[in-house]
Amino acid sequence: MERSKSEGWRRREFTRRAIVAGGLQLGLFGVLGGRLYYLQVKQSDRYSALAEQNRINTVLLAPERGLILDRNGAELASSRENFRIILVPEQAGDVPQALQRLNSFIRLSDTALRRVLESARRLPSFVAIPVVEGLSWGEFAEINLRAPELPGIHCEVGRLRYYPHADALAHVVGYVAPVRKEDIEDNSDSLLRIPEFRIGRSGVETRFDTYLRGVAGASRVEVNAAGRIVRELERHEGQSGTEVALSLDLPTQLHLNELLKNESAAGVVMDVHNGEILAMSSTPSYDPNHFSMGIPAERWKALMGHPDTPFLHKAIEGQYAPGSTFKLVVALAALEEGLVNPDETYYCSGKYSLGTRDFHCWKEHGHGRLDMLGAIMRSCDVYFYNLVQRVPVERIAVMARRMGFGEKFDIGIPGGKPGLVPSPRWKREALGESWYGGEDLITAVGQGYLLTTPLQLAVMAARIANGGMAVSPHIIKRVGNEHVKHTAAPPMGLSPSSLKFIQDSMHAVSNVPGGTAYRSRIIDPSMRLAGKTGTTQVRNISRQERRSGVIKNEHLARKLRDHALFVAYAPWSSPRYAVSIVVEHGGSGSRAAAPPARDVLQFLLTRKKQGAV
Amino acid sequence: MIAVIFRAFGRRVSFFDKLAALNYVFLLVLVLIASIGVLMLYSTAGGSMEHRGWAQISRLSIGMGLLLLAVLVDIRIWIKIAYPFYFFMLGTLFLVEFVGYQSMGAQRWLDVAIFSLQPSEPMKIALVLALARYYHDLPAERIIRFSSMIVPLALIALPIVLLLRQPDLGTAILTMLLGVGILFLAGVRYRYFISAILLGLMSLPFIWQFVLHPYQRQRVLTFLYPEQDPMGAGYHILQSKIALGSGGVFGHGYLGGTQNHLDFLPEKETDFIFTVLAEEIGLMGSLGLMLLYSIVLLFMFLIAKRSSSHFGRMLAMGLGVNFFLHAFSNIAMVTGLIPVVGMPLPLVSYGGSAIVAMLFGFGLVMNVHVHQSIGAGSAANLDLR
Repeated sequence: MERSKSEGWRRREFTRRAIVAGGLQLGLFGVLGGRLYYLQVKQSDRYSALAEQNRINTVLLAPERGLILDRNGAELASSRENFRIILVPEQAGDVPQALQRLNSFIRLSDTALRRVLESARRLPSFVAIPVVEGLSWGEFAEINLRAPELPGIHCEVGRLRYYPHADALAHVVGYVAPVRKEDIEDNSDSLLRIPEFRIGRSGVETRFDTYLRGVAGASRVEVNAAGRIVRELERHEGQSGTEVALSLDLPTQLHLNELLKNESAAGVVMDVHNGEILAMSSTPSYDPNHFSMGIPAERWKALMGHPDTPFLHKAIEGQYAPGSTFKLVVALAALEEGLVNPDETYYCSGKYSLGTRDFHCWKEHGHGRLDMLGAIMRSCDVYFYNLVQRVPVERIAVMARRMGFGEKFDIGIPGGKPGLVPSPRWKREALGESWYGGEDLITAVGQGYLLTTPLQLAVMAARIANGGMAVSPHIIKRVGNEHVKHTAAPPMGLSPSSLKFIQDSMHAVSNVPGGTAYRSRIIDPSMRLAGKTGTTQVRNISRQERRSGVIKNEHLARKLRDHALFVAYAPWSSPRYAVSIVVEHGGSGSRAAAPPARDVLQFLLTRKKQGAV
Repeated sequence: MIAVIFRAFGRRVSFFDKLAALNYVFLLVLVLIASIGVLMLYSTAGGSMEHRGWAQISRLSIGMGLLLLAVLVDIRIWIKIAYPFYFFMLGTLFLVEFVGYQSMGAQRWLDVAIFSLQPSEPMKIALVLALARYYHDLPAERIIRFSSMIVPLALIALPIVLLLRQPDLGTAILTMLLGVGILFLAGVRYRYFISAILLGLMSLPFIWQFVLHPYQRQRVLTFLYPEQDPMGAGYHILQSKIALGSGGVFGHGYLGGTQNHLDFLPEKETDFIFTVLAEEIGLMGSLGLMLLYSIVLLFMFLIAKRSSSHFGRMLAMGLGVNFFLHAFSNIAMVTGLIPVVGMPLPLVSYGGSAIVAMLFGFGLVMNVHVHQSIGAGSAANLDLR
């Protein structure tokens, strides 16, 4: 009885407890239900967005880079197929072995091998690693053929910047190279993050980079948790870059380049009326195609260590003493100031004494008696030593600036140097020294502190040729559909008579027997050119050498030879093109610089006659 | 043994009587839940039975076989072998220390010829059996005595100590809660529970410092501050919540869950399978499964209530507590309510021993149902011969 009573109690107690436990379970399930309601109803939008973020990746597609064209639409920079090889580690299995097999077909550099192995270690195994680019069609075809023996190795065709004329336009057009980390830091353009994207590093490629780039396309892809692409959801192609047309005339450019290619030289050909540059060369040059895939270190070192500085754009950044070409400025200053009658003569004995020092003419035994035209034609130094005694050097400096010396022209590509127009005031301020009388003399013959660029020389010639219009040089003709507008050159306010005199003098230089460039004249009257030679010393000639006879350029080491300069314009009857040539260590202006100037003018004028320009 | 079993059938309830007395609605609900699991595994494999579906079905079949066996054996035999079974499982658990091999960083698995067996799952069932037997034997008036708690506490503590050594903190805690639940059902006085809770709270700093392994501490920290490490340890919880949340009310549709198919979900076939259901079928699916679980719990409550033996009551309700703890801890884990403990979702998650053990447990519950009229008297008084 006692036992059954306690059994009944136990049963009732169990039921009570079971109900409490069941209630507790129900309550806790209710909490879970509430939590599910919160997550799946209340927070659903937020988590749906997060799920999409998880799932969808946007892959940018590189657009085709804009073309760079010459004035007639010839391609100076385009794109070509880039045959490249990629490796997918998960398909290759043993990566070093796969590379070994590939290496037996195409030679892989050690740096490339190291880079691939490093990437294979670091990245998920399904990520494709670029192995080599820029293969020839033959190599590419061979690898394609061997595909069954090369698991995990794939051939791809991409697009790569291509410069069909290699080194002929390197300094103007520039080059593109892979994006560096610094580029990304200060630029938000998402294009830069595309692995195969190339950025302009020099010349037009740099200045117009944002136009040439185009707009990135995008492919929205679904990815799994490991980042592997599962499928493409949508895709819109990018927009090709804007094309940029230059004022250059490709055949003239190639011709000029050909003329200068064996020298360390620079040349500029420009339109005297509108300032368009038709050719602009700097030699030696380099092949910009080598930069598109990242230039190998050895090649880079060779270029950097080259004694003739291939990377220097000598046409706008090479600074040289103008030499006798500067006599045009001195004469113009004298005439404009009305200080000198051009018919007055001076006697040249071969030297001029100032104080205790002798200043020599390039012609050892002198020119005899000369007026101003004769002095320009024969490039007599002594005449100008005399002239500068009557024209303050400050007035010469002012005229030099008016003619374009000392000005850094922005022609539409980065870089450029202003040169230097010295004056007593400049010397005091910059060097803290006073101006010596002898410095008047050497300035009068374009030496001393004076520095100019081939571009400035061409501008000077153009401003003389066009009748005193302050024309400015430029090289960009069109960006996309936008034609670059250039304001008409304003008159410089020079008197027509003094200009006419200078023009006549330049005509005499190359058309009158005895003129320093008579040998480089153009016979055809419709193409006749007017010019001025210049020869600048790069060494000091000692008194002793003067006594024993000045050593001829041919007998000197190349680095000690004079620089050769020539400025000219043509046709004489109706000036259209100005040219300047500087040949470093070329010897004399008349021998080294005038012939290529004549050739390129003749070439261009012939093309003009044919209506090609 | 076989002869004994059949003689027992012959004496009281016939084989066919038992089959006829089976609660088929209950069984149907279990099959329904297991089918949901197979469907979800089909989905996680990207629409294929090959990967895990067939394997799960074969394990479910083994489990169903064990379920039937558990139903058919006379309840008095279960009473009789409750203690030996408990010590057998304890010994197996102990063996894990020596012959178990490493899996997921914990020596949880014992290599048995057919498939890897995780003894901690049947261990819990053995614990319920043993405790049911103990309270069945214990005279009612002694329940409230403190001395009567020594044996049950020892029965609970032994497997916990072994589980902590493995180390398997999640199962150890679940086993402890299971033991506490049974003690509660048995009628232990409320004051003991209150003091135990207070004592537990006070010893928390000590446990944190000296008992928990670094990885376990990390799990708790990750749970408390998941946003601090979204790509590391907090990744699982975050991805799980994204799957649940993006599922919304109706889900992305069966086989349409992106978190599932793009592998953002961690351990989606096992511990996180609930999120697959929630993502693809939405709130309908997640609450639907919880409703089925509630029905299972209700059946177990009713079976316990109707049993005329204290052993039967304790067994059915105790296994109910075990089932509830599994379901609750898994869903609470994937919804970010508790730290990641590595508990499978009962009957749904892909698994071997957990599924088989769970079905075996339901077999015992049905055994109680089938034998509900056989009741009073201690096992010692049973005359089976």
